[in-house]
Order: sequence, then structure tokens, then C-alpha cells
Amino acid sequence: MTDTPYSLPPYAQALDMTIVDEIDGVPVIGMPFTDRVQGRPGYLHGGAISGLLEIAAIAAVHRALQAKGSDSAIKQVNVTVDFMRGGLSQMTYAVGEVTRLGRTMANVEARAWQDDRDKPIAMGHMHYLIKAKREDAA
Amino acid sequence: MAFGKPDLGSIVPKGTEFDPALVNKMMGKFGHGGFLDMEYVGHGADWVELAIDWREDLVADPDTGILASAVIISLMDNATSMSIWTKLGEFRPQVTMDLRIDYLRPSPSGERVYGRGICYHLTNSIGFVRGFAHNGNPDEPLAHASGTFIRIGDRVS
Repeated sequence: MTDTPYSLPPYAQALDMTIVDEIDGVPVIGMPFTDRVQGRPGYLHGGAISGLLEIAAIAAVHRALQAKGSDSAIKQVNVTVDFMRGGLSQMTYAVGEVTRLGRTMANVEARAWQDDRDKPIAMGHMHYLIKAKREDAA
Repeated sequence: MAFGKPDLGSIVPKGTEFDPALVNKMMGKFGHGGFLDMEYVGHGADWVELAIDWREDLVADPDTGILASAVIISLMDNATSMSIWTKLGEFRPQVTMDLRIDYLRPSPSGERVYGRGICYHLTNSIGFVRGFAHNGNPDEPLAHASGTFIRIGDRVS
């Protein structure tokens, strides 16, 4: 293991996702183009793009909780993904933005791009439930 | 085998009766679908059901073995996409415009996950879809999906 502050889940590692950078203290996740993430020939699969968005979103929530000194666990409630451009056969990046962090839930927007961050290939809107550790009540 | 999957358009020519089981042998066995190893389960006039077996490398949380939610998205993306071609009776090029997933409960460790995609309305440009995922009993869904696909290329004006 490297000294990454947040270790990516097995699903993310299987798709070769890594933390490549930080923007305002929030991890930027990178995903190389491989056969494993390909949909129609030469393009990323929508599910793989969504996966990248989710990993970026989760990393952003963890970072936001960490900044508050919280050790709460999170649980995803839903996600809406807008696919705006075809993902080409190249490196893709994603970063999440926690637009609101409350006591019971977090609103997150995540953006995926390739060459130009101002030209997203997809955006995700997610809601996460925040659960205090060792508490089963939702 | 060359990188990626064959071009569906050349394999399922226009006017050919669409066969989801046959097409899944391409969509579910190459690229991202192949990584997830999607299997054809069944279909009706306007729906297609696919399945993915639980695997350690598809997990979001190693402590619980719960599947990554993105695995459900990919499953629902493919199942709903194929439901459009099934309803239409033939292949037409399309891309996902948007997709929403509500996660009712996690998909537990070791459990196979099924995704049923339903095309409930079709226009010349847009396929409107919904669907749900379950672990073997459709009456106990684990996620609901809704979305739209837009037709690309070969548009007949």
C-alpha cells in the first residue's frame, strides 16, 4: 500500500482507478482506458463512467467527514448520471463536490472529464445517508 | 480476439429479428460487460433480464462484501439498453442519455444479482426505460432504475 489517505475499494482497483491528484483537498480519481471499461467499440461503457463518478463522490464525502473529525460510515441512497459526451479511449478523471454535508445526509455532485475539465463527459448527482459507526438504525 | 467487442450494427443488420440472448454473447462477454461477465437470463416483448455473479473484485466494502453500486448501474444500463432493441425488434445505435438508480438495499456478499430492464415507451429518437435489480426474487427488489437512451447515427429523416 502507498500512503494514500484513502484506500480505494476492490471494484475501483479492478478497473485500475487510482488517486492521481487533488483539487482543493479533494482526491481526483483517474481511470485508464482498458478493455475492462469499454462499451461500444472505442468508447467507455456508461457503467464504468458511473463507477468512476461514484468512487470520486465517495472519496469526496469521506474527505468532508474527515475534515469535520467524523468517523461516520456512509450509505448510498441514489444516483443520477447525465452522459454528455462519449468517453474516448484515453485517461478519464473524476472529482466529487460535497454540495451539502448535514448530520443525516450528504448531497454530492461528481464530474468526469478527459482533456478538459470544462467539458465533462458525465455528471453524477448522489445522495448519501450518514450513519454514526456502530449504529444499525438508518 | 481483437480489443473490445465486435460492432453490433454489423452483426445484427437492420431488419434482422433482435435476439437478446445472442446479442448478450457479445455485449456480456467483451469489454466492460465481459469484465462483469453478464449472463442472459430471459426476455419478453419489452424486457430483458441479465445477471452478474458476486465476485470479490466487484466489492465496494471488503468488510461486508457488499457489491459496488456501480456494478448495479452497469447491469441496469445493459439490460435497459437491450430492452429497447427487444421492444423495437431490431438493433439501432443509441447511447445512454441519463440513468437514475435508487438503492433500496445492498446486494449481499455471495449473492447473484439480476437486472431486469423494461422499455415502457419508444419514439423515433428516445427510448424510455425503467427496471429493477433483485437477488432471485423479483418481489424483493434491491434497486430501481429509470433512464432514457437517445438514438444516434443512421437517423431516417
